[in-house]
Amino acid sequence: MAYRFDFAPVFEQTGLLLSGAGFTLALTAVGAVLGIGLGVTGAVCRAWKLRPFDRLFGVYVEAIRNTPFLVQLFFIFFGLPALGVRMSEWQAAVLAMVINLGAYSTEIIRAGIQATPRGQIEAAESLALTRPQIFRHVVLRPALAKVWPALTSQVIIVMLGSAVCSQIATEELTFAANFIQSRNFRAFETYFVTTALYFAMALLIRQLLVQLGQRYVVGRTR
Amino acid sequence: MLVQFSTWDIVRNLLDAGKWTLALSLIAFVLGGIVGLAILFARIADNRVLQAATKAYIEIFQGTPLLMQLFIVFFGLSLVGIDVSPWLAAAAGLTLFTSAYLAEIWRGCVEAVPKGQWEASATLALTYPQQMRHVILPQALRIAIAPTVGFSVQVVKGTAVTSIIGFAELTKTGSMLANATFEPFLVFGLVAAGYFALCYPLSLYAKSLERKFHVAR
Repeated sequence: MAYRFDFAPVFEQTGLLLSGAGFTLALTAVGAVLGIGLGVTGAVCRAWKLRPFDRLFGVYVEAIRNTPFLVQLFFIFFGLPALGVRMSEWQAAVLAMVINLGAYSTEIIRAGIQATPRGQIEAAESLALTRPQIFRHVVLRPALAKVWPALTSQVIIVMLGSAVCSQIATEELTFAANFIQSRNFRAFETYFVTTALYFAMALLIRQLLVQLGQRYVVGRTR
Repeated sequence: MLVQFSTWDIVRNLLDAGKWTLALSLIAFVLGGIVGLAILFARIADNRVLQAATKAYIEIFQGTPLLMQLFIVFFGLSLVGIDVSPWLAAAAGLTLFTSAYLAEIWRGCVEAVPKGQWEASATLALTYPQQMRHVILPQALRIAIAPTVGFSVQVVKGTAVTSIIGFAELTKTGSMLANATFEPFLVFGLVAAGYFALCYPLSLYAKSLERKFHVAR
């Protein structure tokens, strides 16, 4: 007997899927802002060799980049309470995403900072720019402009990776999908629609970040 | 029956499970490499349809979560009447995932070969397969080694996601041990250390290869 596809039971739950997708986008937005902030901090410490922070960030970057996101999430959510650090599902999810993105963006942004010639900073100093001005206009913005495409890709990778947060019962898109398929027993159809939603979200985030980059980062350095 | 776990018992069980992580990584990497090579040839072929189809293949795998890919393979294969074990679904899903990424990495390497090389070999009356075999691929291969080794780290980390479809590798075994021993901090710390032991040497190797080829160029 051939299997008959039936997507109607999935679309009946559109509201649930959309609220899950919204949750995933919200997690990604918070994770991206804080994660890139952490990345900028790490990149400056690494690029300018600020002891002892450059070493600490070096260890942090290697530890995160060489372990799976799922294990980092489990360690934070199940492991840290043993040390008295307790948090809710969404807090653990955000923390894991920030820590994960922070490590990758440290390396990405560091490459951007190191690509700025030293002479430009000296030139800015000779123009009597203050240190915060130099940092903002001569160091950070050109660095971000150079690596913006790589940062965009990394944010999308983190958004897609957040699917595993369903495992600690964070109520994001995959959690909603798991719930729906446990009700309607249409696993293939449910996950197919969910996958399509993730794909659309990846396209959306890419467009959004390209636009933001053009407007606030890349456009202004030219 | 209540079983008491000593720290050594935990480590022994994790090492045992680590073998499955290693086996799955190797299978996904080797099979993914073979499929990826086929995708690569279609991607750079002089045929619009093949190009568009493989471009879509790559974008779909790079634009969706690995977990969803595994779910779709797991539930999709059972729809066509194949009795899927978590092991088969994990290997098949990760192979497809790996093939898409490797094909895209290698496409970049082929395109990094200067255009003059194509033109020069064309003037020597080499056919397309001959150009590929003797001129383009040997040079692309040189550029491809470092990023390919670098990507193997992603494959090893990707195997952790297969724990969710029930494949008893390192992470799944870690979860079960954490539940049995009530020592999640220790267990997940050890699990993380296990992945680190697998991935860090690969990362270092990729970095040293990168340096070596940069100097040579």
